[in-house]
Amino acid sequence: MKAEQQYIDLFAQCEDLVCRHSTPVMNALRADALANFERLGFPSARSEDYKYTDVAQAFAPDYGLNINRVAIPVNPYDVFRCDVPNLSTSLYFVVNDTFYDKELPKAHLPEGVYAGGLKAFTEQYPEIASKYYGKAAPSSKDGIIALNTMLAQDGFVVYVPKNVVVERPIQLVNIFRNDVDTMANRRVLVIMEPHSEAKLLVCDHSIDDVKFLATQVVEIFAEEGARFDYYDLEESSVSTTRFSSVHVRQAASTNVLVNGITLTNGLTRNNYYVELNGEYAESTLCGMSVLDKEQQMDTYSHITHAVPNCTSNELFKNVLNDHAVGVFSGRILVKEDAQKTAAYQTNRNLCATREARMYSKPQLEIYADDVKCSHGMTTGQLDENALFYMQSRGIPRDEARMLLSVAFTSDVIDHVRLEALKDRLHKLVEKRFRGELAKCAGCRICK
Amino acid sequence: MHANVNGKEILKGINLSVKAGEVHAIMGPNGSGKSTLSSVLVGNPAFEVTEGEVIFNGKNLLDLSPEDRSREGIFLSFQYPVEIPGVSMVNFMRAALNEHRKYNGLEPVSATDFLKLMREKRAIVELDNKLASRSVNEGFSGGEKKRNEIFQMAMLEPKLAILDETDSGLDIDALRIVAHGVNQLRTPENAAIVITHYQRLLDYIKPDVVHVLYKGRIVKTAGPELALELEEKGYDWIKKEMGDE
Repeated sequence: MKAEQQYIDLFAQCEDLVCRHSTPVMNALRADALANFERLGFPSARSEDYKYTDVAQAFAPDYGLNINRVAIPVNPYDVFRCDVPNLSTSLYFVVNDTFYDKELPKAHLPEGVYAGGLKAFTEQYPEIASKYYGKAAPSSKDGIIALNTMLAQDGFVVYVPKNVVVERPIQLVNIFRNDVDTMANRRVLVIMEPHSEAKLLVCDHSIDDVKFLATQVVEIFAEEGARFDYYDLEESSVSTTRFSSVHVRQAASTNVLVNGITLTNGLTRNNYYVELNGEYAESTLCGMSVLDKEQQMDTYSHITHAVPNCTSNELFKNVLNDHAVGVFSGRILVKEDAQKTAAYQTNRNLCATREARMYSKPQLEIYADDVKCSHGMTTGQLDENALFYMQSRGIPRDEARMLLSVAFTSDVIDHVRLEALKDRLHKLVEKRFRGELAKCAGCRICK
Repeated sequence: MHANVNGKEILKGINLSVKAGEVHAIMGPNGSGKSTLSSVLVGNPAFEVTEGEVIFNGKNLLDLSPEDRSREGIFLSFQYPVEIPGVSMVNFMRAALNEHRKYNGLEPVSATDFLKLMREKRAIVELDNKLASRSVNEGFSGGEKKRNEIFQMAMLEPKLAILDETDSGLDIDALRIVAHGVNQLRTPENAAIVITHYQRLLDYIKPDVVHVLYKGRIVKTAGPELALELEEKGYDWIKKEMGDE
């Protein structure tokens, strides 16, 4: 319990401060979270689901936490210029793990919609907040969720009331900014009431070259007939480590898309838990990463079909260069009652060097007898015949490799349901493969 | 020239000279080395040239990478065109064309000019616009793939086109379209090597010279009448002349 102890001690010393700079709704869960963290600890490398990522090691260094909520001297609206061209969003920032509320943008949100800080939301609407906060991601589930719940003081909320359609995408930019090694415990809470619609784009950026460690818990509640897109674009830094878990609960006739794209990172663990709890719910869960150097991407997914007539489509792709490591572990659980389930899982990976490693474990667990399910996994190299064909038309081998790599990942981006973002992502991925990235031009984040 | 594949000698001494403006047909029974010859000329890495040289406009082709051979003006119409999912014909062709232009010291082609060029060249082989916007060869029928090869040839305007069994898998209408395309692209400055099993294609693309390739060597060279003779009598008499049967 060595790595855990410093966090337990920290909480013992600073519980008052943590609570004082947060709200009763969030504070209400801390005692349980502490107990769960003490009981569970960090997931061990001996556990099957964390075989390839040493969690305790990632949490062992001494990171600074901003428990006293000291303002970080940065104006994100000044430094951030990476907006997606031709895509107007309602733009918000979280700096480290504090919602930036100094100068909020002009709201383009329909009446009744809330997009903004979690702390403020739980203060203003404690009844709604306590109904959802921590419910999809209970701290009893996993030691990292417990740690996050114990320490989180703020975060971001999207709340869309019944029948309201938010046309303009909401964009949240997570900025890591500090002069010392820093840990952030972030939360995102999305509440989609019946028949509401919204799209959320989350971008991760690390400004400084110090070490950053993020825990992130995202809870998405889609009530009957709701439609929600969650895009997660990670362009952090090689010294950024992120443990993220996304929890989606879908009621009947909902349609939720989760698409996680990692272009720059250090070590990332993405957990996805999708529960299809109402009939005719549709889930699309996809993601891709482009990895080189010593980067690592560890994707874990668990989709539960609890009721009949739901559809899930899962697609994850990784391109690995240099000494990069990729992990995919995907489980689809079809419960006994979930007849007429359609569940498809695909994981495809390109290992461009001998040293790159990919570990993949697709799993189907089916207890119903009238279902359509499939899973497929491949790990390989670029098609030599295609490379030669392109060369024979005058395209240099490196360019041909780049075109094929971009093509390899294009179907993940094609799932994006915002044309401007899709175009932008295709270009960003191409830039990434050309080594021109990994940052967009023209803003101070992207030096 | 001699060449091996997987350590086995396939081409056992080929001597061939093609001049600008000429069309040469290479015929021969299965396994005689016809496709090996085309692969060697475009630099397929699966084939190893053990002896000899290939001089193309004063340069030894064997010293050049496949992409440089293409930019120098060599084009192979593949017997089995490769499907490239996710790479659109438009992007593929633009990349290829601009590489050729760069090699010749020209600026990249503008978007408008490129689309205009695509439209013109597509018409030559009656290739549907829908195909041009799809991924390279993906889901194309056999005939569409071959027409797509000739379309690419039209775009790149090679000095030497090698058609490797372009007639295989084509119905009579597609054959006519493909041959018509090839003929339209003929000029006094460029040349073609047409590799085929059958006389049929040569009814449409008139060769100046016909060669018979057998067991890795060119064993007979004559005018177009040789193709007719082969069509009538098959290859047995050649095998007999070679003392094999």
